[in-house]
Amino acid sequence: MTAVRQSTDERAALPSLPSVYRSRATVELKEFFRQRESVVFTVMLPVLLLVVFGAVLDYDLGGGVTFTQYFLAGIVAAGILGASLQNMAISIATERSDGTLKGLVGTPMPRSAFFVGKVVQVLAVTVLIIGVLLLIGVVFYDVDLPSGSDWLTFAWVTVLGSAACTLLGISLSSLAKNGRSASATVTPVALVLQFISGVFFQFSQIPTWMQTVASLFPLKWMAQGLRSVFLPDALAADEPAGSWELGRVALVLGIWCVVGLVLCVRTFRWQDRGSR
Amino acid sequence: MAAARPQPGDPLDQDAAISVRGLVKRYGDFTAVDGLDLDIRRGEIFALLGPNGAGKTTTVEICEGYRRRDAGEVRVLGEDPAEGDRRWKSRLGIVLQSGGGDSQLTVRELLRAQASYYPEPRDADEVLGLVGLTEKAGVRARALSGGQRRRLDVALGIVGRPELLFLDEPTTGFDPEARRQFWALIRSLRDLGTTMLLTTHYLDEAEALADRAGVIARGRLVEVAVPSALGGRGTAPALVSWTEQGARRTEATATPTAFVRELATRFQGEIPDLAVARPTLEDVYLQMIGEAGR
Repeated sequence: MTAVRQSTDERAALPSLPSVYRSRATVELKEFFRQRESVVFTVMLPVLLLVVFGAVLDYDLGGGVTFTQYFLAGIVAAGILGASLQNMAISIATERSDGTLKGLVGTPMPRSAFFVGKVVQVLAVTVLIIGVLLLIGVVFYDVDLPSGSDWLTFAWVTVLGSAACTLLGISLSSLAKNGRSASATVTPVALVLQFISGVFFQFSQIPTWMQTVASLFPLKWMAQGLRSVFLPDALAADEPAGSWELGRVALVLGIWCVVGLVLCVRTFRWQDRGSR
Repeated sequence: MAAARPQPGDPLDQDAAISVRGLVKRYGDFTAVDGLDLDIRRGEIFALLGPNGAGKTTTVEICEGYRRRDAGEVRVLGEDPAEGDRRWKSRLGIVLQSGGGDSQLTVRELLRAQASYYPEPRDADEVLGLVGLTEKAGVRARALSGGQRRRLDVALGIVGRPELLFLDEPTTGFDPEARRQFWALIRSLRDLGTTMLLTTHYLDEAEALADRAGVIARGRLVEVAVPSALGGRGTAPALVSWTEQGARRTEATATPTAFVRELATRFQGEIPDLAVARPTLEDVYLQMIGEAGR
C-alpha cells in the first residue's frame, strides 16, 4: 500500500505543454499534407480558379486594374475560408465520428494541445495558399505586391478572418453527424458565400439584397479588406459604401471571433452525440 | 472464492485497481446499469461478460471517465474517474470498442505521438514488437487490415506504460487464428504486471485469459468467479446419457464414475451411446443471463 503510494509520487513529471504542442502540431501537419484530397481541394482549387478566371476574365475594370487583380483579393479570402472554416468543420467532424477525438481525450494529452495543433495546421495551410496565389498573381497577372502599411492591413485581415473562420469551423463540426455530412453541408454554403461576397463577381454588381445577406458573414469583409490591400485606393469609390470601411471590417470580423468562440465553448463535443 | 464479490453497502476497496459500489446509469427511462458492485484487484485480468446492452460498455466507460454516473461510488486507481486529471489518465490505457480513425500517419509515427503525451512511455519499437507490428512500422495506419488495426489500438493503449488497461471487446471480428495471437499478447502484458479489465461476449476468451470473470445482465453483476467455477460449473452435476430400450436417457449425478460403473454392471459390457458431460461455460452463462432476465 505505502509502496504503491510512493511509486505514484515518484512518477516522472508529465510532459511539458510546449512538447505536447509540438507533437500535436507535427501530427496535424502530416495529417493534412499527406491527404491528397484535402491538399487538392483546399490548396489547388483556389490556384486553379485563379488561373482559369485570370485567363477567361482578364478585362479592364478601369484605372488600369484588371478583373484578375480584383479576383486575386477575393480568391485569397476564399482560400483563407477553405483552410480554416471548411477544413476545420470537415476534419474535426470526421475525427469525431471515427473515434479519434474520443481516443485522444482518454489520454493525458492536455485538451488545449488538440486546438493548438489545429491552429498550426490552419496557419501553415493559409500561408501556403496565400504564398502560391501571390506568386502566380505577381508572375502572370501583373499584380503588385502590397507596399508599406498595406502589409499591416493584409496581416490583420488575414489573422482576424482566419481566427473567426477557424472558430466557426470548429463550431460547425459539432453540428454534423460525420465528416461526409459536414462536407455536404459546408461546401455548398461556402460556395454560395463566395458567389455573393465579391469573390467571383464584383461585389458592386451583385443585387443589393444579396449584398445585405453577404454582409452578415465574414467572407465579404475579408474580401473587402483584402481589396484595400491589392487594389489602388481609387477603386474604393466602386465599393457600395464608397470606401474600404476598414474599421467596419475589423469590427465585423472581431464580432465573428467572439461569436465563434462562444459557440465553440458551448457546443464542442469529444464524442458522438448520444454517448455520455 | 473468499471476498470474490463485494456486497451492496460494503465500503470501497481502496487497494483495488477498480472499486465500484451501487453504480447506476440511466439513459432517459432506460436503466443501463442498475446498482452494480465490483472490485478488481491489482495485477489480475478481469473479464466482464454479458450480452449486448447488458451494461458492459457503460460500466467500463464510467470507469474510464468518459461517462458520468447517476448514482454510486467509483474509484479507479484510488481516484474518482469523474474528476480524473492528466496525472490519473497517464496511469491508464484505454482500448475502445471502436478503434481509432483513418490516420495518414504511419504506425510508428502514431505510437510516437501517443507516447509524447505520457510521462514514462514505452519505446515505440518495443511496443511494436510486443503487438507483432514491427514489419508494419512504416505503413500508414489507414492501410492496415482490421486485425492489424486492432493490434495498433492495443499498442496505443499500452505505449504509456499503464498500470491498468481497459480492453473493450478487443477481438470482435477476429478470425480464430488472430484471436489466439491476440490472447498471447494479452498474456505477455499480464506478465509485465498490467491489470486488465476486459469486456467480451466470447466465453472462450474469458476462459482463456481471465483470472476472474463477472457476468453482467440487465445492468447488474449476477456472478463473479474464476471462469472454471462460474455458475457452480466446477461442482455442477455431470450429465450421463445413454440409450436404453431404444430411448435416450439422461441422468444428472454428482458421482458420475460410480453411476457409470453401475450402468456397466447392468449392461454387462459396453453401455450404448454413453456420454458424460459437464455444463459448458456457455450453458451456465445462458442460464445466468436467462434467470436475470426473469
